Amino acid sequence: MNRALWTLGIFVALVALLAVGLRLNPREVPSPLIGKPAPHFELPLLAQPDKLFSQKDMLGKVWIMNVWASWCPPCLVEHPVVTRIAQSGMAPVVGLNYKDQRDDALPWLKRNGDPYLLNVYDLNGRIGIDYGVYGVPETYVIDQKGVIRYKHVGPLTADIVQKKVEPLVRELASAK
Amino acid sequence: MRNSLAALLMAFLLAAQAQDPAIEKRVATLAQELRCLVCQNQTIADSNAPLAVDLRNQIREQAAAGKSDQDILDFMVARYGDFVLYRPPFKATTVVLWAGPFLFLILGLYFLIRFVRRRRVPAPQLTDAERQRAAKLLE
Repeated sequence: MNRALWTLGIFVALVALLAVGLRLNPREVPSPLIGKPAPHFELPLLAQPDKLFSQKDMLGKVWIMNVWASWCPPCLVEHPVVTRIAQSGMAPVVGLNYKDQRDDALPWLKRNGDPYLLNVYDLNGRIGIDYGVYGVPETYVIDQKGVIRYKHVGPLTADIVQKKVEPLVRELASAK
Repeated sequence: MRNSLAALLMAFLLAAQAQDPAIEKRVATLAQELRCLVCQNQTIADSNAPLAVDLRNQIREQAAAGKSDQDILDFMVARYGDFVLYRPPFKATTVVLWAGPFLFLILGLYFLIRFVRRRRVPAPQLTDAERQRAAKLLE
């Protein structure tokens, strides 16, 4: 009797452990950049190669950086969600066009709509490495002081925006 | 035509860059230590994912610029976290990872010993009559 209970207990514990394991997303690697200043960049704009933009230009604002590329199908999937964030006026969205060609990226924006405040052009992915980008699309929330507060890897969903991004942006904006 | 010329030139440049055998050796060793985050169960030495190629080039550049191996590993950890290391450091967040297997080993040994002890058959107790009978049979 005792023995059967033990076996049952161990079995249930194992099932619980495996069930939790199945629900975890192994692609979600905690970023060491959370709470750290956003890495410096000074990149040409996607639309105007002669103009430079730096993350410093956003100091004083809560903003969202969205890493995308025209060759990335999940970016297309999340595009309506990104568009909704920008249109809601929650926070300005800056695009980091990652390892893309202008000839592909600009028509992509024309086809799918351009919700971005502006896009910077990271041709060789160097800035992507500084931000620890490993799977486009990725999205960062950066506060007024230029500190990274949140990072999401993979396509944004309405659910994530509603439960994580929006409350965080609101909280940061009111904290000043 | 122009494109293929450019590609050829690029290949030559890369080949020239790859000349220094000491640096190439360091790149190869370091690349074995680092995880490719796109294809998580490969090192960046084994993977040909674009990110792995970029990271190998990054190692090469930094090695050529005179950075130490530790500098380069720190650079990667600062961006991708401890997860990028194939041999994660022993610290508070990784205690379970390092100690877990030993814990299970000890637990397993404990149950094994308990199991074996329980199964030990008690020495047979014979009465005097049985002993005499046995002795007779053995003669």
